Amino acid sequence: MGKRVVVTGMGIVSPNGIGIPAFLHAIQNGISGIKFMPRYQELNFSCQLAGMPAFDWESLKNYISEVTFHGLKGTNIGYGVVAALDAWADSGADYDTDAPRWETGCVFGNSIADTEAMKNVIAKVDNKEAKKLGSRVVEQAMNSGVTSYISGRLGLGNKIVTNSSACATGTQAILMGYEYIKDGYAKRMVVGSSEHVDTYVYGAFDSMRVLSRKFNDRPERASRPMSLTAGGFVPGSGAAALILEDLDFALARGARIYAEVLGGSSNSGGQRQGGTMTAANSVGVIRCIDEALTNSGITPQQIDLISGHLTATNADRQEIQNWSQALNKSGNDFPLTNSLKSMIGHCLSAAGSIETVASILQIVHGFVHPNINLEDPNPEVTNLIGLDRLPVKMIKKEVNIVAKANFGFGDVNSCLILSKYN
Amino acid sequence: MTRQEILDELKKVIAPYTTNKEMLAGIDDHTDLIKDLKINSANLVDVIIDAEAKYDIEIDYDSADKMVNVGTCIDVISEKLNQKV
Repeated sequence: MGKRVVVTGMGIVSPNGIGIPAFLHAIQNGISGIKFMPRYQELNFSCQLAGMPAFDWESLKNYISEVTFHGLKGTNIGYGVVAALDAWADSGADYDTDAPRWETGCVFGNSIADTEAMKNVIAKVDNKEAKKLGSRVVEQAMNSGVTSYISGRLGLGNKIVTNSSACATGTQAILMGYEYIKDGYAKRMVVGSSEHVDTYVYGAFDSMRVLSRKFNDRPERASRPMSLTAGGFVPGSGAAALILEDLDFALARGARIYAEVLGGSSNSGGQRQGGTMTAANSVGVIRCIDEALTNSGITPQQIDLISGHLTATNADRQEIQNWSQALNKSGNDFPLTNSLKSMIGHCLSAAGSIETVASILQIVHGFVHPNINLEDPNPEVTNLIGLDRLPVKMIKKEVNIVAKANFGFGDVNSCLILSKYN
Repeated sequence: MTRQEILDELKKVIAPYTTNKEMLAGIDDHTDLIKDLKINSANLVDVIIDAEAKYDIEIDYDSADKMVNVGTCIDVISEKLNQKV
């Protein structure tokens, strides 16, 4: 029997709210964080919208030393540091420590270093001025940049891991942190993920023709998961972090407990049986959900809410069918389901952690957030599940168990089961 | 430039790399960049790069190695400035 693992702190940098109170208000009221980006129009992108947090870069000075701040250019690092340090403070712990905190580690994910910041590096090297790059480039270019800044600020001394599994990164980070604590390797883990979709990454997605193109004049209505007019996703940026603790460790220090992580699963469809680099093998997805339930010791009947991946592409229908098959539930028997992406777009690596924070807030405050923009539900979806399973207005109700899943390029899947702490 | 003028400018170059502002205000030739001002040894490179830009000089690796305290920094900067004219 492994250790029980609870969530004791949360921090968030979301396109529709920075900090837990602002984010909670936004998701309860269906507030969109999607904005028109004039720069993307100049660049001739087909989609000219993004979920970009209203992040005050100078605010980082409240989190890290002036010396560390000077020379910090990586936007993804800035987002991750704020989310992680807010989560840490939220858990009631102090930032400063003289000795390393040997009992505490970190699993924090991201996809790519800030390419816009790296452009300056490339220009200097090409201009034969490599000597002028200075000491701060490598630490921000390396994939482990985000975890290094977080663990350094907090003096974390246990396992420090940077994970990356495309859109499944965030849920996978939380699952890995959960596993380290459950198996007794750490007492506390800072987990989460961050993403900054810079113009270069954005352009590459735009070229794949997977982004929403027809709503550039109506930004807040552009992210439309499960609707007939869903024509692709809207890229989002941000970060979220959670503090996971061994239940006994949390109780001993009198920590406030938000929720419990019951378990989860992470796998791959192997890019077989219809799975490819960009499409999920449904067999893998169903297996991932089934294993998450088994590992958590729950039945499908206990699931109050599905926080879907549901990006607003033509994969939405298949995802609903996979959930339906995995849970052996359909029609009005299907759990309530929502997609936060309707409000903030798809935050790629950060999606899983941001959506997990939203899931926990729904457990703590007893509500199901709306699916905004679901004015014209896709009949292929509502043929599988009842229309009222997809709330378009906030529902106030007790939420005991949430299944949160994300699926990513490379045919990777992650599913978490979150519960009210009893 | 006199040594005093170089010192005044050098304080501005060093400022972003030390949190010890009080000590920075009172630095003299004997102030050690790492031991006294607690500058991260990796950041010494940045101090040198910023000094090159500030004084429009080039500081070669051998000269840079000598820049361990305020006095030797001023020596090197002064020498490079003199080579310019």
